[in-house]
Amino acid sequence: MSNENTLSNNENDVSYLEYKGKHSGILGWLLSTDHKRIGLLYLISLSVFLIVGVTFGFLMRLELLTPGRTIMDPQTYNSIFTLHGVIMIFLFVVPGLPAVFGNFFLPILIGARDVAFPRLNLLSWYLYAVGGLLAILSILLPGGPADTGWTFYIPYSVRTNTNVIPALFAAFILGFSSILTGVNFVTTVHRMRAPGMDWFKMPLSVWSLYATAWVQILATPIIGITLLLVAVERIFGVGLFDPALGGDPVLYQHLFWIYSHPAVYIMILPAMGVVSEIIPVFAHRTIFGYRFIAMSSIAIALFGSLVWAHHMFTAGMSDTGQLIFSLLTMIVAIPSAIKVFNWVATLYKGSIDLQPPMLYVLAFIFQFSIGGLTGVMQGVLSVDIQVHDTSFIVAHFHYVMFGGTGFGFFAALHYWFPKMFGKMYNIKLAKRVFWAMFVGFNTLYFPMFIMGWLGMPRRYYDYLPEYQIYHVISTIGSWILVPALFLMFGNFIYALFKGAKVTEKNVWGGETLEWQIATPPVHENFIDIPIVTESPYQYKDNELVLQTQEAK
Amino acid sequence: MSIQHTAAAHIHRDDVASRMGMWLFLFTELLLFGGMFILYSVYRFTHPQDFHLAAKELNTVIGTFNTAILLTSSLTMALSIAAIQRRQKTLSIIFQLITILLAFGFMVNKYFEWGAKFHHGIYPGSDTLLSKPSGEILFFGLYYVMTGLHGLHVIIGVVIIAFMTVFTLRDVITHDNYVKLEAAGLYWHLVDIIWIFLFPLFYLIT
Amino acid sequence: MENHSKNHSHNQHGYGVYFLVWLALMALTGITVAVAGINFGRITVATALTIASIKTYLVLTIFMHLRSESKTFRVFVGVALLFLIISFVLLFTDYSFIVRN
Repeated sequence: MSNENTLSNNENDVSYLEYKGKHSGILGWLLSTDHKRIGLLYLISLSVFLIVGVTFGFLMRLELLTPGRTIMDPQTYNSIFTLHGVIMIFLFVVPGLPAVFGNFFLPILIGARDVAFPRLNLLSWYLYAVGGLLAILSILLPGGPADTGWTFYIPYSVRTNTNVIPALFAAFILGFSSILTGVNFVTTVHRMRAPGMDWFKMPLSVWSLYATAWVQILATPIIGITLLLVAVERIFGVGLFDPALGGDPVLYQHLFWIYSHPAVYIMILPAMGVVSEIIPVFAHRTIFGYRFIAMSSIAIALFGSLVWAHHMFTAGMSDTGQLIFSLLTMIVAIPSAIKVFNWVATLYKGSIDLQPPMLYVLAFIFQFSIGGLTGVMQGVLSVDIQVHDTSFIVAHFHYVMFGGTGFGFFAALHYWFPKMFGKMYNIKLAKRVFWAMFVGFNTLYFPMFIMGWLGMPRRYYDYLPEYQIYHVISTIGSWILVPALFLMFGNFIYALFKGAKVTEKNVWGGETLEWQIATPPVHENFIDIPIVTESPYQYKDNELVLQTQEAK
Repeated sequence: MSIQHTAAAHIHRDDVASRMGMWLFLFTELLLFGGMFILYSVYRFTHPQDFHLAAKELNTVIGTFNTAILLTSSLTMALSIAAIQRRQKTLSIIFQLITILLAFGFMVNKYFEWGAKFHHGIYPGSDTLLSKPSGEILFFGLYYVMTGLHGLHVIIGVVIIAFMTVFTLRDVITHDNYVKLEAAGLYWHLVDIIWIFLFPLFYLIT
Repeated sequence: MENHSKNHSHNQHGYGVYFLVWLALMALTGITVAVAGINFGRITVATALTIASIKTYLVLTIFMHLRSESKTFRVFVGVALLFLIISFVLLFTDYSFIVRN
């Protein structure tokens, strides 16, 4: 990309971390409309909720170590798996990459100084914070935390006496936070691209964030209203879903999944964008099939809204409905496969540099392929009848959500951390932590495929002794995975305070715009708005990487 | 939207972006109601007779009257933008005030309509309602929730338009910077469109 | 303002156009109430929805200025409506064929 005029370094310009605006101190962060600071607010709050969610997951695994009671009673277990789901889905994975890295890097990647609506962006974060507080409140208030599972299925969710209402409102408000982020991103991509950056010169992560934003805008309101209606039904006794009042609980499931299936693409698409961003940098090759990867993001967003009822094959749908949704489910695998093939083709004959971000990306491809292909298995009607509501499903979506999105998130963090903070973490430690994480993850979740196939139901507190061996292996996996996670965060926190300072613009040899600006970026990203003349990822046998290094 | 606390010289205004953002937000409103229309369509499909009977309880005259009120308020809203474009500030304010007045009229009608239902014992959880067949319970459940949420949007709309009137008075909204008024107008017209569908689906089932 | 022309699209209908649209909307309301009394059988709902759609089209294009916005806006509206319609159609692939009890 041409950027001669952007590289002039203004001595007076300080980084966004030290920038003094109207407010100083903590208010300078809490009232800042700078997309980078908002991104960091999200990063901090998301990390806190991730740790809470991980803790709940860890406790569940510990409880399942032995049949019967291990450390908690069944009611506590029900609450803990609900909280694990609600926190991980609504407070970590859904906002996840768009809120943190989308906010921080989307404007930079398209050569803009901020998002289209900076104040709306800050409002999104506040809505997120309020939603998070409500979720915490639902744990602490008398009545006890919700025990419905994160899906709030009718009729149990209108009958149980636990704090379902605060949990519902938390999800509703978090939904609106997500919608506003989507509105912001779509408008930003349409209106604020730098001169010369036409649609097919955008980095691929921008394409995936754009597709995600559309899903956020169109699908989230449906779950918003559905959860609101459940709350209304509980509070006022209005007949809407409750079979006692003539309602249809299966219709609730339809409405729930009309959002929640597209929502899984809100979770995975941005991670796919990060993968497309990192692979060419560390393989030192131009991305293979740029247009296919870009278009497959749009295709995933589109097809993803056609398949929701495959979550309900055993709920009492009509046979015709089941067949149609089973067929459509097969189709959605195609664009995902297109991405995987293009990534692998990019690696082919590349000069692969196994830095931490790349390790996480390779693990992403491996784990996402397992998660994705088992997803296709479940899309087959007859197979789904067998594995529905078993831990096979749990294994499948953890391979996608954690092995995919989670690892994508960690890849992005390792990739962009030096740019965001101007500090470098301990690379050697990061690589070791990666291997622990990889081994721990697969030890934790792979046994779930096997025991699910053998019939172990999901969400159960107790189980037959023949499943114990798998539960023991799985729990041991969590003993590897969780310390590795804490070590990873420890590595970052140590680096923030004591890490080696990074001042060079381009630590990894990336070709996109964020690597052409100061590290850490200045308050307004670009001193002069760049003029874009070339496609991203133009590696010609490392030529440009060398040029960049010589230029320094 | 573009007032930032930066000292930079690049403060730029992009009305197209503002309108685009507003349209995108309206889609979420559309789908919010869309979810309820989905509910309505399925329950009407599964309980056609009950819906037919329940709809007889609704007052078509009030419904038609309210439709006319809301359509007229949409007209005055559009006219207030046309007026500000022509530098007719006072006229624009008058049109905005008429819009607010009509919205109040709508809500007053709504109040009497709901009041009459409550008087007849038809409200969520009442014994009269619960003794009816399940399709009628669902019909009135949807009736209260959908017209209720619509009414809430009317109230929000009134507040927004009131702000716009103040902005126009204070020359924040002017003949060459009226995107705020346009956005308020877009919101108001969407509220109208929702009602255009609610009206035949609840009041005109015969 | 240098970007004067960029910010102001040609959303300038005359007062008369708005009044005409309003008249049409009122007339359509009258028609939909009038025909509601007639039983068209299975197409009764379709008639009501068709009239409502015509009214919506008028509000979208004239009152909401969609006609004078750029093509992007019209594509946006199409995408949103498509998503809603897909949800209806696919939901009814289930409910149309359902046999309960």
